[in-house]
Amino acid sequence: MSETRVMGQPLTRLEGERKVTGRAPYAYEHPLTDPLYLHPVLSTVPRGRLTGVDASAAEALAGVRAVLTPYNAERLAGAGDGEFAVLQSEEVSFHGQFVAAVVADTPETAREAAALVRVEYARAPHDVVLTADHERLYRPVGEDDEGPASDTEEGEVEAALERAEVVVDQTYRTPTEHNNPMEPHTTVAVWEEEPGRLTLYDSTQGVHVVRASVAGVFGLDPERVRVVAPHVGGGFGSKGEAHAHDVLAAMAARVLPGRPVKFALTRQHMFSLVGYRTPTIQRVRLGADRRGRLDVVVHESVEQTSTVQEFTENSAMCSRWMYAAPHRRTRHRMAALDVPVNFWMRAPGEAPGMYALESAMDELAQACGVDPVELRVRNEPERDPQSGAPWSDRQLVRCLREGAERFGWYGRDPSPRARREGDWWVGTGVAAASYPHLYNPGSVAVVRYGGEGVYEVSIGAVDIGTGAWTALTQIAADALGVSVSRVRLRIGDTDLPSASVAGGSSGTSSWGTAIVAAARAFAAEHGGAPAPGAVARASAGEDTVDEGYAVYSFGAHFAEVAVHADTGEVRVPRMYGLFSVGRVVNPRMVRSQFLGGMVMGLSMALHEQSFRDPRYGHVANGDFAEYHVATNADVRDLRAEWLEGEDPRATPMGSRGVGEIGVVGTAAAVANAVYHATGVRVRDLPITLDTLVR
Amino acid sequence: MEATITLRVDGEKHELTVDTRTTLLDALRDRLGVTSPKKGCDHGQCGACTVLVEGRRVLSCLTFAVAQEEAEVTTAAGLAGEGELHPVARAFVDNDGFQCGYCTPGQVCSAVGMLREAAEGWPSHVSGDLEGPVRLDDEEIRERMSGNLCRCGAYANIVAAIREAAE
Ligand code: FES
Ligand code: FES
Repeated sequence: MSETRVMGQPLTRLEGERKVTGRAPYAYEHPLTDPLYLHPVLSTVPRGRLTGVDASAAEALAGVRAVLTPYNAERLAGAGDGEFAVLQSEEVSFHGQFVAAVVADTPETAREAAALVRVEYARAPHDVVLTADHERLYRPVGEDDEGPASDTEEGEVEAALERAEVVVDQTYRTPTEHNNPMEPHTTVAVWEEEPGRLTLYDSTQGVHVVRASVAGVFGLDPERVRVVAPHVGGGFGSKGEAHAHDVLAAMAARVLPGRPVKFALTRQHMFSLVGYRTPTIQRVRLGADRRGRLDVVVHESVEQTSTVQEFTENSAMCSRWMYAAPHRRTRHRMAALDVPVNFWMRAPGEAPGMYALESAMDELAQACGVDPVELRVRNEPERDPQSGAPWSDRQLVRCLREGAERFGWYGRDPSPRARREGDWWVGTGVAAASYPHLYNPGSVAVVRYGGEGVYEVSIGAVDIGTGAWTALTQIAADALGVSVSRVRLRIGDTDLPSASVAGGSSGTSSWGTAIVAAARAFAAEHGGAPAPGAVARASAGEDTVDEGYAVYSFGAHFAEVAVHADTGEVRVPRMYGLFSVGRVVNPRMVRSQFLGGMVMGLSMALHEQSFRDPRYGHVANGDFAEYHVATNADVRDLRAEWLEGEDPRATPMGSRGVGEIGVVGTAAAVANAVYHATGVRVRDLPITLDTLVR
Repeated sequence: MEATITLRVDGEKHELTVDTRTTLLDALRDRLGVTSPKKGCDHGQCGACTVLVEGRRVLSCLTFAVAQEEAEVTTAAGLAGEGELHPVARAFVDNDGFQCGYCTPGQVCSAVGMLREAAEGWPSHVSGDLEGPVRLDDEEIRERMSGNLCRCGAYANIVAAIREAAE
């Protein structure tokens, strides 16, 4: 783009006033007349068949409008056999699956009636425990399948490990983690029989994504399904697709035409119905010379998925591009267990994968006696190791070196357990961060001149807290050559032109590209003096990203930790991240995205863990009292900065995504600092007191 | 069982009949259409539903509506004067103390209640001294705001906003 006068400015959020007063409507909050309330009944066994559902007591309760069970529910020809097949059979595939639902006049009645539904099961044997040598392990993407390969192999891995002067061979584990956006997943469904139109007020990262899925499930023309989401209370991946609750709410609405059916999941429901991050068991083997130059990298990850639907986390992918080494192997194996469907959680693959790789790099630095920053610099690849392509803008070395300066890294005593301040052991740790530049072609934007200098810009994008309302307005202002006050942005509705999902840090890249294209089309069609009502429409092209280059973002995390000598309590007094993401569209919001990612990474390092009970298959700590996330007091001196830059090979704005890189590598920086402080290497997240007190 | 009660919300008086099991939060959101307080957990674990009752912060999911007969309830929507923001809310906007905004009305109410507690000399877990005035440094703010979870991780900016508003 030629001129950027608005991009780069730290505007405050355009919807800020409505959010701080609570007036911005989320899915549950659109004013609708005479709503009904849905409360579901969830399976209490991990595997088996329903042998009967007795809803008579529920139906007898005053105010109950309908009870849906597999015996009376609509047959959904388009549901397939995955998670959308709601109430389609007696089969129970995991604990916490929908087996019935009550719709009633009030939320209290719906909940009471749901508790009165009697469900009988014939239990079948189940398996919910992932192990490194599980008998059901398989290779998720075979030779002939589409998608990124499960396995890669270059050179002579075993021979290189044999002859390496220094070898690190360790296994790292990450637990089941749940996204837990603050706004519980919610769908309000309205079915109008005439003309046969379904409206969903949904908490989603992609209105068009949900529309396509739900229309398919019900065999409806997509034009007859409208999905609305002006404001969304976070998602972090879990709202990246429709889930079973969207289908259930729509089914209920079709039984009760004309009445809005409100279905807000409880926090507890979210532990079995809207995805989660698989546990991972990752073996990393690094072989290097005494100076820490890698000769071989092996990263093998074992992960789980559900029997209902497959999702691959791909944790070892990061080892395909991070460091140079002539001999390399990455491998993914999965077991389909009797567990809920797993799905995207912020930086799927990279978040757990970089915890393992960057912990192993720290172990290698220790083994070689090389500074961990310097070790990474020594293994910097000139070109992308997997494709051989040149980098568009790889700034890892600068992030590491300048980050180390700004953090105050140098001058540290590298020996572990060397610094004691009062009752606390103190240490510092570093880890690299990286995230691929993802871009979804095909989003469409429409620019319409409304007269008096004002342009209306429409695209069915969604703001889940990323700042899309503001950032897209800034991009549009620069693309049209006007000030922000002249742009009226419309997003969050399938009545607007089709847009891709807010996922994979691709939203601003993909939608911004469409907006720039539409602005260019507008200028070409209407020139500098358009008539009121002039319209142009364009889509984000296939060839936006320069195929000749490897386009990735990079960064470096630094953490200082203090571990209490008697109790093992871990505190993180300082965290610093330096990132390179191309052009920064709005510094205020980009900084918030980095900080938010780092807080989630800190949370991953110290707190987050869902315990699945092997006997019953449910998450035993399924609420905020026991599934701990970082609180305000956990976060102390937290800073994020970035290198100024632009990457026109990534997008016409020169920007790359920023939503996920902050969570990548953070947990490793904390774990490495814990090692430096205490001499205890934790290879099993989260880092709890019991792992540190010996 | 139902009961007819009077709720005073953001300066307006409402008479309504509620199921006695209805929480204050559900009465506000479902019955009165006051959706400024949010539901994040319904169990008193997240703080998203925080409102002020007689100026003190209260988790509205943990109190029954019938227990608030005649009490003065203030939500984040009611903190502001006509056409302007409350200084704490203003500071949240200026410091980007939120991302998705779902925890935010609760954070803002909690901050307003907290500033009053500190002004009244209530000590916290991190106060060195149980007597005398509270010096509201960052550590005190973080501690006193830790009942309000923010999954977007806006904590650093929330602290900056409250620090600014407290000055
Ligand atoms: S909704 Fe009341 S504390 Fe979470
Ligand atoms: S702003 Fe999203 S949870 Fe706090």
